[in-house]
Amino acid sequence: MGNWVVNHWFPAVVIAAWLGLNVFLFVYYFLLFDRDKKFYYTRVLLGSALAWARASAKCLNFNSMLILLPVCRNLLSFLRGTCSCCRRTMRKQLDHNLTFHKLVAYTIALFTAVHIIAHLCNFEWYNDSQQAADGSLSSILSNLHQDEESNKWLNPIHSNSTTPAYVTFTTIPGLTGVIITVALILMVTSSMEFIRRSYFEVFWYTHHLFIIYFAGLVIHGIAGLVRGQTAESLNKHNPEHCAQDPTHWGRKNKHSHCEEPEFGSIPAESWQWVLAPIVLYVFERVLRFWRSQQRVVVTKVVVHPSKVLELQMHKKGFSMEVGQYIFINCPSVSCLEWHPFTLTSAPEEDFFSVHIRAAGDWTENLIDTFQQQKPKTPRIEVDGPFGTASEDVFQYEVAMLVGAGIGVTPFASVLKSIWYKFQHADQCLKTKKIYFYWLCRDTGAFAWFNDLLASLEREMEESGKAGFLNCRLFLTGWDNSIAGQAAFNFDKDTDVVTGLKQKTSFGRPMWSNEFSAVATAHPRSVVGVFLCGPQALAKSLQKCCHQYSSLDPRKVKFYFNKENF
Amino acid sequence: MGRIEWAMWANEQALASGLILVTGGTVAVAARFKGWQFAAYAIVAGVFICLLEYPRGKRKKGSTMERCGQKYLTAVVKVFGPVTRNYYVRAILHAALAVPAGFLLSTILGTACLGIASAIYLLAAIRGEEWNPIEQKPQERPQVGGGTIKQPPTMPPPRPPPETRKKQPAEEASQENPIPVTIEVGGVGR
Repeated sequence: MGNWVVNHWFPAVVIAAWLGLNVFLFVYYFLLFDRDKKFYYTRVLLGSALAWARASAKCLNFNSMLILLPVCRNLLSFLRGTCSCCRRTMRKQLDHNLTFHKLVAYTIALFTAVHIIAHLCNFEWYNDSQQAADGSLSSILSNLHQDEESNKWLNPIHSNSTTPAYVTFTTIPGLTGVIITVALILMVTSSMEFIRRSYFEVFWYTHHLFIIYFAGLVIHGIAGLVRGQTAESLNKHNPEHCAQDPTHWGRKNKHSHCEEPEFGSIPAESWQWVLAPIVLYVFERVLRFWRSQQRVVVTKVVVHPSKVLELQMHKKGFSMEVGQYIFINCPSVSCLEWHPFTLTSAPEEDFFSVHIRAAGDWTENLIDTFQQQKPKTPRIEVDGPFGTASEDVFQYEVAMLVGAGIGVTPFASVLKSIWYKFQHADQCLKTKKIYFYWLCRDTGAFAWFNDLLASLEREMEESGKAGFLNCRLFLTGWDNSIAGQAAFNFDKDTDVVTGLKQKTSFGRPMWSNEFSAVATAHPRSVVGVFLCGPQALAKSLQKCCHQYSSLDPRKVKFYFNKENF
Repeated sequence: MGRIEWAMWANEQALASGLILVTGGTVAVAARFKGWQFAAYAIVAGVFICLLEYPRGKRKKGSTMERCGQKYLTAVVKVFGPVTRNYYVRAILHAALAVPAGFLLSTILGTACLGIASAIYLLAAIRGEEWNPIEQKPQERPQVGGGTIKQPPTMPPPRPPPETRKKQPAEEASQENPIPVTIEVGGVGR
């Protein structure tokens, strides 16, 4: 429990604050609409459904404001950059932006459900009140000011022979409400994990319905159908007192004098909540577009085994840091799709490169396009770079880098950068030791990374710093023939699979052994654990981080960082 | 968008529509709105749609993640054969189920969503997709020797008693042994 607190206190605080604000807004506005004298007569018609609808509307406004912020990746990148003086734990939290976006989205869905159910009741009861001819308070209130030109009525339904459905589709809030709810539902169903991972394009295009959502949200409250008694009217007509005798309103009476109550609408306020985030997001998209228009020159194209495509590119004014990622668009494959890829080159090189593996429609088409070797290479647009956790790797004294399969790509950049830093004898390199674990299923994917590791091994030996980088390679998809070969070649100097001095291990690593070895070797250090790989592995690494971190700030502490797209 | 299986998204949408129908219907029935009979119908239709759509179909390419506990419903849905396999039938069915719910405000959202699901199913059907159940794969026996042993020995050790062993060389001798061969009982290393 203590270790969890050490590693997660900041997101816990953020979530608690967000949850607290939601609860506060809901309860405050619920009580306001449920108790305030201004809405006394509205409550006569609607009961507590009014308060439920208004409170959930406030929370919807609040969450709609928040939902655009986590996806402004340029803004987040900017914050990361300016916060370089801030503690490491604060900057790490910007990794969780997508998780927060999803959480807010689910909350919007929940409050939408509450809001709609409340308004279903409202429309029905307004309609019932209008059609009631029994002289009750509700029917008297509904008939007030109905035929005048002035806007002082209470019941928005003015006809005796209509249905709630008809009213819904002929009023602005009703119609916009239905439209934005359908848009929301489509966005939610296409963002289910299964659909997102298997058919990214469906998710990407459908998610742009958010434009309809925000447009509808801003227009939704314009008509002012929710009404309360005006302040002026409250002075002349006290509802608590006058409600008992509605038939004598407006007439002079010995006991009391109650004028007819007059009502006014609550002004639309959604725009106040969402205007700033919309502006920020528009700015973000414009920035992305402007960056993408800058010319990208593809200097080299390499096709590696296992359908991995390497693109080396050059763009004026492009500067990157270790482990960042870019978004790539290839107009000849698809005009509107942008896909993220981690940069595999080091900042010290004069080009930037990505390794793209065939994993879906877009990537396969891209690889085919480049393999066709047309005389003119297809145009590429690049947006980025955007920062994620790997930037922090040099801030830790000891770093454990774990890459599973293609997840090794950010660490390719790290290792190359180390190599260059060594060549230039960079003294401000905080890192003293790096443990690198690569888990891979088949040997085919090793090929492009092999050369890098081989050259690093050589370099380390030549500069006499062979202990700085400790590479452990794990082949998880071994079978008997490979194991047989390894056993046969046991005595050889170099590994039979990779050709490196470091022997390949077979099977999955035993993390408890690894962590305890690192903790023993570096008892007083802060160790950063970086993972780019599947969720299951993240869970076991996180567990080990908690287990092997000591609460004593002077002793060893493990911090876990995960890449996510 | 070459290889998208629209049926997968239609399935999510239809499942969501079923839930929305049930919710809207429950509100109208509980609060006794006018025309609540349509709401009662919506609840029944919603439950039926949820049960029909809960088992996810098998993707043509790649592995499909099952929904939790879907194998019981898969067995039921499979029984109806071509009726549940064909997506044209599903598209028409959903369109038909959606219509009565459109007469009541509480369930009209369900109608809209179900209508969209029906349209996506129609698109899936036009592209020739079909619902195939996700079968439980029988446990494969691990191959001995990594597949290099083509004919594993049929006679399991230990060997048959010495009496039968002694007999065999005499009957089936295929060569003359220049040196007499003696068979020792209780061989090496046992």
